[in-house]
Amino acid sequence: MAVVRTEGLVKTYGATRALDDITLTFPDGGFFGLLGPSGSGKTTLLRAIAGFVIPDSGRVFIDDAPVENVPVEAREIGMVFQNYALFPNMTVAGNVGFGLEVRKVPAAERKRRVAEVLDLVQLGELGDRKPHELSGGQRQRVAMARAIVTRPRVLLLDEPLSALDKSLRVEMQIELKRIQREVGITTIFVTHDQEEALTLSDQIGILRDGRLVRHGPPREVYDNPRDPFTAQFLGEANLFSGTPEPGGLRLADGTLIPGAPTATIAVRAEDLRITLDEPAAPIRLRARLRQRIFAGAMGTCVLDWRGNPLKAIGRDQDFAGLPAQGDVWLSWDSADMIPLSEG
Amino acid sequence: MSGSLARTDRLRALALLSPAYLWLMAAVFLPLSAMAFFSFLSDVPFGGRDWQFTLDNYRAFLETPTYATLLWKSVKLGLIVTALSVLIGFPCAYVLAKVVRGRSREALFLLVILPFWSNSLVRIFSWAIVLRGNGILGSTVDAILPWDVRLNLMFSPTAIVIGLVHSYLPYVILTSYLALQAIDDSLIEAARSLGARRRTILRRLILPLAAPGIIAGAVLIFVPVVGSFMEPRILGGRRGTYYGTVIEDQFVAVFNWPLGAALSFILLAVVLGILALASPAIRRATL
Ligand SMILES: Nc1ncnc2c1ncn2[C@@H]1O[C@H](COP(=O)(O)OP(=O)(O)O)[C@@H](O)[C@H]1O
Ligand SMILES: [Mg+2]
Repeated sequence: MAVVRTEGLVKTYGATRALDDITLTFPDGGFFGLLGPSGSGKTTLLRAIAGFVIPDSGRVFIDDAPVENVPVEAREIGMVFQNYALFPNMTVAGNVGFGLEVRKVPAAERKRRVAEVLDLVQLGELGDRKPHELSGGQRQRVAMARAIVTRPRVLLLDEPLSALDKSLRVEMQIELKRIQREVGITTIFVTHDQEEALTLSDQIGILRDGRLVRHGPPREVYDNPRDPFTAQFLGEANLFSGTPEPGGLRLADGTLIPGAPTATIAVRAEDLRITLDEPAAPIRLRARLRQRIFAGAMGTCVLDWRGNPLKAIGRDQDFAGLPAQGDVWLSWDSADMIPLSEG
Repeated sequence: MSGSLARTDRLRALALLSPAYLWLMAAVFLPLSAMAFFSFLSDVPFGGRDWQFTLDNYRAFLETPTYATLLWKSVKLGLIVTALSVLIGFPCAYVLAKVVRGRSREALFLLVILPFWSNSLVRIFSWAIVLRGNGILGSTVDAILPWDVRLNLMFSPTAIVIGLVHSYLPYVILTSYLALQAIDDSLIEAARSLGARRRTILRRLILPLAAPGIIAGAVLIFVPVVGSFMEPRILGGRRGTYYGTVIEDQFVAVFNWPLGAALSFILLAVVLGILALASPAIRRATL
């Protein structure tokens, strides 16, 4: 177990800045979710911590010791790859025991520890199977077992669940959290799935174009996203900008939003109300309903306000009585407005 | 229902496969059976010669110890050339597949393939120019070293081995390269993250995973080298008598096709026997 810290990490590939001055602390024993759209530098950051990527500048510290002179094989990390990277020529037990074999752990102890960790990931009887004889979820567990059996100082997971189908993914999220709690290893978890990051992490960091936009506990970041990118990326938020006036915020179409705290505000998709008749609420807008998407218990309405796409999410009955398309009224409570800085 | 479906499927498979099988019959079994037939004759069955069925050709192999000695010499040559080709070729393939990237890989690949595309006689005679006394190699070494060197590798077993390794190296490089290419880089990274160093990764991961390719290359080399005659003849001179050159003599010089055919089939049997003996080890390596 260890604290991992990065200080001013920069990595460029040609004209791309894959990492742009990343300074971040990953707390001891915590579960840190790195979140960002594809190409935002998540994998590069993880690989820089592992030692596969040599940063152009900046440093990585594990337990306050700089590791730039420590090669990957000596960094005492555990890593789970997106495709699991199980050794096809070895059995499950061989895969899991590989790190112990490399460390010259005596055979008897090796066997005991492999059995122990296979039990932990609930694969007790499958030690003799080859990787190709396993299902996707089982492979994921083997990869996890292989990474933690050596008791690494840091566990690095690069989108470990993205290859699984949705129901299995949810099940494995719970499993992952349980295993991480039991072993207590500092874990850094990369995902582009905001729900996954919010569910699993004690801390999240949001990356965009190689820069760290925001970090903190998931609830805090979610409730108070501060910048437009985080607001839109974490939970579906609708942005409104205008000119502040004494009475509120004057939008481009002349609507006055009373009580708006900043020049740009966000309203979450689930906080937007849609009605056919003009509502009594003080905050209201005229918008055009473009499409209604039915998705089981919850539905989504896609709207258009002066050329800006908006989104509203609600239970299907909330949208009953709305036409498939046409002009509607939007309204929200002033408490649901999230203040944002310019971004 | 499903039974009749399977039947039509089987018929379709048969129809689709039959051209391949017919071709195989025509290209492999017909000439081979003709040769098998010849090997039991007392003389070639054309040119108005008398012939009858006999086992004499096979008996000749057993009664003349020279043949067995030469066969053993050829098998040893095959083992040496195969071993050297694997020892040189696998590292080359590794560098090509896992170290160099982009443009330079294509250029290096071309260099590897080049002997494949050049005429084998040209290839062998160019080695003759390099290896003979006062040849390119001898003069160069003499010029570099301060003392007087007389390097004459021509007409020696070494020359034969050099020529054969050069001819057959591409096989093992190509098959190993393909096997190495198929190894995902993330496997190597996973092993490193688990603490494995280069040598452990090579021994526990890369060699086992590339073994099918290495073995395929080795078999592709071993079989023709045991029967080779051109390199031994040109580069070996008077010392270049091998089992393959004896067979060639029967067909080209002595015009004793039946004996040549019989010696060829004995070679085929011995090579198949060696491969069969080696197959348990091969199977273990590729599992
Ligand atoms: N080895 C590489 N060579 C060139 N460009 C790279 C390399 N690795 C990453 N990049 C670039 O760096 C950026 C960040 O990539 P990555 O860290 O893989 O993003 P993410 O994992 O968030 O999707 C991308 O624009 C990607 O194209
Ligand atoms: Mg990635």
